[in-house]
Parts: sequence; C-alpha cells; structure tokens
Amino acid sequence: MDKMKLIEATQLKSDRPEFNPGDTVSVHVRVVEGDKERIQQFQGVVISKRGSGVNSTFTVRKVSDGVGVERIFPLHSPRIAKIEKVKEGKVRRAKLYYLRRLAAKQVTQKTSA
Amino acid sequence: MSGILGKKIGMTSIFDDRGQMIPCTVIEAGPCYVTQIKTKERDGYDAVQLGYDEIKERLVNRPAKGHFKKSGVKPVRLLSEFRNFNGVQLKLGQEVRVDLFHQGDVVDVTGRSKGRGFQGVVRRHHFGGVGMATHGQSDRVRAPGSIGASSYPSRVLKGMRMAGRMGGERVTVKNLMVLKVIAESNILIVKGSVPGAINGYLEIVKQS
Repeated sequence: MDKMKLIEATQLKSDRPEFNPGDTVSVHVRVVEGDKERIQQFQGVVISKRGSGVNSTFTVRKVSDGVGVERIFPLHSPRIAKIEKVKEGKVRRAKLYYLRRLAAKQVTQKTSA
Repeated sequence: MSGILGKKIGMTSIFDDRGQMIPCTVIEAGPCYVTQIKTKERDGYDAVQLGYDEIKERLVNRPAKGHFKKSGVKPVRLLSEFRNFNGVQLKLGQEVRVDLFHQGDVVDVTGRSKGRGFQGVVRRHHFGGVGMATHGQSDRVRAPGSIGASSYPSRVLKGMRMAGRMGGERVTVKNLMVLKVIAESNILIVKGSVPGAINGYLEIVKQS
C-alpha cells in the first residue's frame, strides 16, 4: 500500500487551504477556450466534502439569477488555480444538502458563525 | 509481442495534462528473469519463459531447483511463457524490466478474476429472471426458466447456462493505455481496471 501512497502523493496539491462545509469559498477555475486560458471564479457555500487523497471532491453551491448552481470540484485538480476562503461558516452537519430547499436569507442564517 | 509479469497494487486516479481525472490501476511489474528460451527446432514453437517474484530456496522442490539452476536465476514463484518475444533478442537469465513499456503504449493485461462463489443465473449469465414479484407468483423472480424441450431430446444440452461457481478464471482485458512508467520503482500505471484482487499476479503484454 505504501507504493500507492507515493503515487498519489505526486498528484496532490499542497496549496489547498483548510475549509469545511458551511464555509463560503471562491474557486478560481482555469478555463480553456480555444488556445487561450483564463481564470473564472465560482463563489458559493461548500455543502459537501468527500473522499480521501486524490479522489477527494467538494461541492460548492451558489444561487445565480434565482437558479441554484452546484459544482463538484476534485480538490487536487490542476484546473483549480486557487481556492480562497471568503467566509467561515458555522454549521452542525457535514453534508448541507438541506440548503437546497431554503431561501437565500435562510441560507445565510444557517451558515453564519 | 513483448511482455512482463507483475502484481496488482491498487487503483487510484491521476490527472492528465488537460486536467481530467483518469481512473487507473497501479501495477508492480518485474523485474522478471528469463528462465527458458524455447525454439522452433527444439520445442516446436518460439517462446520465452519469464519468472517473477523471488522466493526462498527452501520453498522450491528439486525439479524446479534444477530448472532455475540451468538459467542461473534465483527461484521465483511465478513462471509464464510469452510466445514470439521479438524485438530484443533475450538471453538465458537476462533481466526484463518495465522500461520495455512507454507512456502511450497499448497493452493487454491478463489476470485471475476475483472468485464470486456459487452464483445464480441472473448474476452469472445476466438472465432476466422469469416472472413478476406480485400477482400470486413466488420464487420466480431470479429463476432460470426452461432449460430445454421435453421428450426430444429428453436431456439437457451440454453447455446449458446454469447457476454455479463464478469468477476465479483467467480474464484478459485488451487495449489498456499505459499512462506512466516509473522504471526506478518498477511501477506501471495503466488506464482503467484490471482483473483480479490486489496482490494478484498479472501478465502484461504489448502487441507488435
């Protein structure tokens, strides 16, 4: 199993900050259009973190023009240029799927510290 | 054709240069040693016998000991033949390492699949089962159905698919891409899954 860990270690990114479900993060995503590359931000509440090692992912939810948008990112993806922790949240659950049912105001209530 | 013997270490994912996550299997491949070279004149066909996984001398019986002595190779657990091992001309006792593969190569991987025990026809042969769960039926949902006609032929035809032992057989997965070769630690990473359990032996073959 040690050899597995060594191989996974080459894939991991060390610059990922600590963050937890409930936190608001801004994910800087590298977007390739043709041969040009630019950075796009996706800001929202982290509603889930799962997996370990290379296979770990996190889900960010935001409401854009009244439509809920969720994106699942592999934590160690090279397409993520940077993860910024915007706001720390205080929640009582590891998976915040119930936020999907709530209005925007309630979401801030539920996740504010 | 050229090939090597190895052991499955586990599965993980790696990111490619486009940033896409690719599922992969990590294989410890080699070093293998040539234990016998078969030739058309002597044995009727051309082949190379490779040995993998060194073991202690005392675990080997006398006939096998003699076989290893002939090639000057330390005793190994696994011996396997590869037909028409061309490209490089191999000598008896020569080492075969993973560096024979390169990134982007396409390989076939053979292993012994995980044993599944005694399984019914639905799982073993992908039958659909017979009836419905309701409307007064019982015990028919996963049944095999008819296994043949009556008075003619008055017997069950050979090869009729039925319930029984599943798995634990030799399985080959073709055309797996080599994602990475780490020669120093004898590691080969291929795209996708490979038959068998972790620590199971594998034959990795490169066509052409």
